[in-house]
Amino acid sequence: MIAETGLAALWLAAGLAALQFLLMVIALRTTLDVGRTIRAVAAVQGALALTAFVMLLLVFARSDMSVALVFENSHTAKPFIYKIAGAWGNHEGSMLLWVTVLSGAGACLGLLSRQTHERTLVAALGAQAALALGFYAFLLIASNPFARLLPAPPNGKGLNPLLQDPGLAFHPPTLYFGYVGLSVAFSLAVGALLTGEVDAKLARAMRPWVLGAWTLLTLGITAGSYWAYYELGWGGYWFWDPVENASLMPWLAATALLHSINVLAARGALKAWTMMLAVVAFSMSMVGTFLVRSGILTSVHAFAIDPQRGTFLLALLAIYVGAAFILFAVRGATLKEGAPFELVSRETGLVVNNLLLSVILGIVFLGTLYPLFVEAVSGEKLSVGAPYFNAVAGPLALVLAILVGIGPLLSWRRERRPVFKQLTVPALLGVTVFVISFIVAPAMGVLPRVGLPVAMFLAGASILPLVGRNPLRAPIATWGMVVAHLGIAVSLVGMAMNAAFTSERLAVVRPNETLTVGPWTVLLKEVTPTAGQNFTAIEAELRATRGDGIKVLKPQTRYFTDPPMETNEAAIDTFWNGQLYTVIGKPDPSGGWQLRLWWKPFVTLIWAGGVLIALGGAIAMTGRVRRQRRRKPEWRKERYA
Amino acid sequence: MKPKNQRLILVAAAMVAVLVAVLLAMWGLRDRASYFYTPAEISAGKAAQGQTIRLGGMVEQGSIQPQGDGVTIRFVLTDGEGRTPVMYRGIVPDLFREGSGAVAEGQLKNGTFIADTILAKHDERYVPPELGNLVAEHKAGKTLER
Repeated sequence: MIAETGLAALWLAAGLAALQFLLMVIALRTTLDVGRTIRAVAAVQGALALTAFVMLLLVFARSDMSVALVFENSHTAKPFIYKIAGAWGNHEGSMLLWVTVLSGAGACLGLLSRQTHERTLVAALGAQAALALGFYAFLLIASNPFARLLPAPPNGKGLNPLLQDPGLAFHPPTLYFGYVGLSVAFSLAVGALLTGEVDAKLARAMRPWVLGAWTLLTLGITAGSYWAYYELGWGGYWFWDPVENASLMPWLAATALLHSINVLAARGALKAWTMMLAVVAFSMSMVGTFLVRSGILTSVHAFAIDPQRGTFLLALLAIYVGAAFILFAVRGATLKEGAPFELVSRETGLVVNNLLLSVILGIVFLGTLYPLFVEAVSGEKLSVGAPYFNAVAGPLALVLAILVGIGPLLSWRRERRPVFKQLTVPALLGVTVFVISFIVAPAMGVLPRVGLPVAMFLAGASILPLVGRNPLRAPIATWGMVVAHLGIAVSLVGMAMNAAFTSERLAVVRPNETLTVGPWTVLLKEVTPTAGQNFTAIEAELRATRGDGIKVLKPQTRYFTDPPMETNEAAIDTFWNGQLYTVIGKPDPSGGWQLRLWWKPFVTLIWAGGVLIALGGAIAMTGRVRRQRRRKPEWRKERYA
Repeated sequence: MKPKNQRLILVAAAMVAVLVAVLLAMWGLRDRASYFYTPAEISAGKAAQGQTIRLGGMVEQGSIQPQGDGVTIRFVLTDGEGRTPVMYRGIVPDLFREGSGAVAEGQLKNGTFIADTILAKHDERYVPPELGNLVAEHKAGKTLER
């Protein structure tokens, strides 16, 4: 019954989405006021989608094996939290979560948006409904999460043990909220292009959504990176894997949008460009969803063999992106360009920021899709990885980081003050670090050699907007910017330190023998078998010391049976100046064990920086929302008048 | 600056940015993409020495030889037609074993493939993309045609 309720809710929600779209068409063609109706429809549609998702959670929580999806991805012996997480750790469930967030965002847009043009808001709700409709159709036609499997098998196949991790249970939902939050920016841009009301007011309505989505994307990417770091046991934090790039691309586009939207909100300039970015940002979310969900990454051929899902998603992508771009081409040129600005001004700084981000986005996009393209055309197989992305996008990212330090100091329209003098201290800091790096580490790679000074420069420069004024009286949004920009510097320091100073050891060690790595001496005490709730494992006991007491680390190799699989569980100990990362490998005939050790100085700064960047976004959003809340909601004025 | 000129400049800048991105990507992809080869293609001398490439095949039965230091292994990847000896220093992936598929990334040196990374099946369901066909054909008992 639960599964059927969920399915019925999905069909109803799809029907309401169609109605919502029709209401928009009516509103744009006539003078009828559908404002309240369309808001109500959007709210109910969101509630129905949420109902469907809760029903899916319920069948997973009850391990109802008569639902095919539960059988494929769950097992009664799993810990409860992973039964729940299993609901979105698969294709159908994650698409249902996707569409739930999409229609939920639509509902919130309808209920919360106060400072928007009424016609634009109606048009945006219609656009949001059109998006939802396509993905409802995808679920109902090509990936029904509630399909029954009768007679019900006694037990399920289980969830991939790599996914049985608290980090991964919450990583996909965070990313999805970010991905799909950008849909609101997309819909508002489409709505504004339809009505022609592209102005500062629109930008202020769009900004909290972009900030919120961007904050969650940042958090999701940071969490995903840390998950890959400790769960895969390879000691790396970013692999330039297509799935990772799928989340990076919307982030890059959203970062550009986040900055250009400020120009539109403050100065009414960059109208067409901002609308374009809003369309591109959500398009990248859809490209990412397509890459991850169509199966095309496994093989272009697998895509051709099992075409329904992939083709369906590709068609949706083509329709939405195509329609938005056509609309942009038709209406974009008619937009009046806003206030002019001079060459040295904050506007120019933000334009350069946008251009650099766009170039990086283009490079990541082409590098990610190139293997698919080549395989489809010539059948040749190849992979594009770190050597390409680091060499091509890396230097541009460093140039961008330097500009991040300078841009916020410039004033709107034209800069007449001697602002560059302020940068003396940060610049000296950078140069000093650069010189010292030659003495301390003569054999450093080029990227960390340049990256570290740039990061130090940025760390100094990023706090300048708060210097020389009372920091407590600075706008909240300025604080957000400073924190986020400082986060970039912190993250860069971590990356450069990790690239330059990581020490690694790999050797066979017998019990009671030691191995040194960096400043550490690590003793292998013993290796013993152990067991968890749904796995057995062998566990090594390591005693690490660098002269000030002993740290005990217990890396494991785990053996799962449902499905059969081994995973390496790294043991990591965090110190103020880095992490000791240990992995136990295979036994050796001589009675020893393979042991892999890393000492990674300041590696934690990478994720600390990511969290700071997200925190900056959250701070800025609070500031913006608070300011808007003080104004009276326009659509309620008449009601109480 | 007049508004109209300003827009022209912005459009031009955007065009230049797109062009720069494409040119940079093309330059980067020309020699930084690692191509996928089969042992048969290596035997035929199709892969250049010293370039980073991927090599995929089945681990030949009885070919895994641990070396003296305990962390280096030698083994042979085969596709039924060619055989390529591989040397790898590191902890092999969990499901790396004789008779199953693996993809190695690294460089050819004097006929031996020096692997930096080895990707094997992650679990029973996952197969490295490049091996999809190979494994299917292997199971069907077919010899590979190339």
